[in-house]
Amino acid sequence: MLLKVENLQAKIDEKQILKGLNLEVKAGEVHAIMGPNGAGKSTLASVLAGRDDYEVTAGTVDFDGEDLLELAPDERARKGLFLAFQYPVEIPGVSNKLFMQTALNGVRAEQGLPPLDMFDFDEYAKDKIELLDMRADLLERSVNVGFSGGEKKRNDIFQMALLAPKLCILDETDSGLDIDALGLVANGINTLRSPDRGFIVVTHYQRLLNYIKPDHVHVLYNGQIIKSGGFELVHELEEFGYDGIVQKHEQAQ
Amino acid sequence: MADSAQITELNSAGTQYQEIDSLLSKNKNYKEGFFTTTTVETFAKGLDEATVRAISAKKNEPEWMLNFRLKAFNHWLTMEEPHWAKLLYVPLDYQEYSYYSAPECSACDGSADSAENEIDPEVAKAFAELGVPLTGDDSNVAVDAIFDSISVSTTKREDLLELGIIFCSFSEAVHDYPELVQKYMGTVVPYHDNFFAALNSAVASDGTFVYIPENVRCPLDLSTYFRINEAKTGQFERTIVVADKGSYVSYLEGCSAPARDTYQLHAAVVEVVVLEDAEVKYSTVQNWYPGDDDCQGGILNFVTKRGICEGKNSKLSWTQAETGSAITWKYPSCILKGDNSIGEFYSVALTNRRQQADTGTKMIHIGKNTSSTIIAKGLSAGRSENTYRGLVKILPSADGARNFTQCDSMLIGNQCGAHTFPYIEVENATAQVEHEATTSRIGDDQLFYCKQRGISEQDAISMIVNGFCKDVLSELPLEFAQEAEELLSLSLEGSVG
Repeated sequence: MLLKVENLQAKIDEKQILKGLNLEVKAGEVHAIMGPNGAGKSTLASVLAGRDDYEVTAGTVDFDGEDLLELAPDERARKGLFLAFQYPVEIPGVSNKLFMQTALNGVRAEQGLPPLDMFDFDEYAKDKIELLDMRADLLERSVNVGFSGGEKKRNDIFQMALLAPKLCILDETDSGLDIDALGLVANGINTLRSPDRGFIVVTHYQRLLNYIKPDHVHVLYNGQIIKSGGFELVHELEEFGYDGIVQKHEQAQ
Repeated sequence: MADSAQITELNSAGTQYQEIDSLLSKNKNYKEGFFTTTTVETFAKGLDEATVRAISAKKNEPEWMLNFRLKAFNHWLTMEEPHWAKLLYVPLDYQEYSYYSAPECSACDGSADSAENEIDPEVAKAFAELGVPLTGDDSNVAVDAIFDSISVSTTKREDLLELGIIFCSFSEAVHDYPELVQKYMGTVVPYHDNFFAALNSAVASDGTFVYIPENVRCPLDLSTYFRINEAKTGQFERTIVVADKGSYVSYLEGCSAPARDTYQLHAAVVEVVVLEDAEVKYSTVQNWYPGDDDCQGGILNFVTKRGICEGKNSKLSWTQAETGSAITWKYPSCILKGDNSIGEFYSVALTNRRQQADTGTKMIHIGKNTSSTIIAKGLSAGRSENTYRGLVKILPSADGARNFTQCDSMLIGNQCGAHTFPYIEVENATAQVEHEATTSRIGDDQLFYCKQRGISEQDAISMIVNGFCKDVLSELPLEFAQEAEELLSLSLEGSVG
């Protein structure tokens, strides 16, 4: 088991957001987490990545045999947990090269691998730049500065491709993308799919999922997963909307 | 006609910075804070005409120098301590400081034969610990080392003299090169220029004198290291750099002081004269003790630095990395008198805790086709206040003058302030003046983004800060740039031991 979340509860500013969430992700699987606004989708992504605005009040998270909640955010990252941000952050004056070389060498050190020098790094990064169709001068430019919304999202997927994490969490990566960018992002994700890597794709819409075809789909509502299924659940949502599924859930209780 | 002055003020607000604030509130590791115990001769506290005469006598000065001091002292008595800068400090009690302190076994008479073997071993140890090469082994740099009120060693001066380059302490220059000193002293910063310049002119302790003869390119970096050791003393260095026609020199200065619980005063005057076709590159890494968490005991740093590009095609470049001092009041300036002369100012000023810095530059365009560049980066953290104050003045004679100014502020945390006061006065319609300004901040969002990529908090802060300062740090000589980068990281250091 790559990730095992049990009875996870978390709050921010005294407001309980996650109310006993369970989720299991095996290596090689792609899980989609869908749900209406305010259901707790982004909170789940943030809590797993270790953002300390959130307080975990109960539950456990096992990540590849370790207690995830005991690890600092940068340790989680070095051990192979990656979050593609809903709003990737700009860092003026820091080149993508320095940023990603530092990040990659941190991950490599964790794996007992020697650091890559700038030449090896350039070589390593080249294919990934082409994969995401990033601008040729990407590495020399400051991190996300002057990038369009779509370029920022693609840059996050580019970083994901460089770091080759065990678990990729994508937090509404599809929001604000036009159809071309969506295709590039989806292609990047599909290329990275592998038997030893798991994905959690958090999204509000099915658009991206049509490209990615997740193995498992979960509906998150009011801090809990109320329904899980296969890809067919995406079509059910398409037909009945969240309301239909939420109503059924509430009647059942 | 005066086109002036867009004034911006920005105070960071918001509550999302607890993490950074707690990181920064931890004690900074000021590794230069050690104290040297040695036999010293220190004047009793207090300042009057007798003090001025005693300093002069201690240094066996000729009468012209004593007269300069007395003239300055009498003028100083008529002046008032300035408080126009965005700096809060209680008026200083100038009777509470000692105006002369020197290690005793060193050659205190200021005569020229203070050979290196006479250095007090404790003082030598202090400089060794600071990494200042007094033995002359370092082939790339010549050093003048100043300990409290006197210069204790100047390396490589004989080698340099063979090229006609004069590199010695100011006190020695007064004895050995009186014509040169009299020719240039007070010509760029007159004794009556401002309150602190007048004080310095009266009680000047020691400093460095540099003269580069015509068409000589100085093969080494010349460097002065200033160390304030004794408590409750003032250091009043006087430095003069003269680059004769067609010459070049790169001059560096560094400074530090022990951790004390009472303020120490530093009021320096630096004059730079650049003649036709000559170039001077003047770099400073200022790391005076900033004081404790409330900046009690830190250095009060009131400095007047000014250079004149006297001849055609001359160039003066100031680069500074300011990280220390409780209070910094400093505006290295260029008077661009020669046609086609160039002035540059590259500055990084970092304030943390309760430090206050009001720093910037003045570019005075007089000659035709003169050009100036100002790149200023201000970083405020903790509860500090960081102000850029600059003047670009284009006089009617300066046809075709150009200036480019870029002024960036970064806020770290939510209790600090950044302020910008750029004054622009244009009296010639052919001038081109550009001004760009940005403000940004390191937020928890940036830090979390870095950490989520596996970068530690400390590395993330240092990466973000150095990225912000890159344009300026790249102007420093290599070793200095490294030192400045380390200082920036160290000044923000909190959790990592």
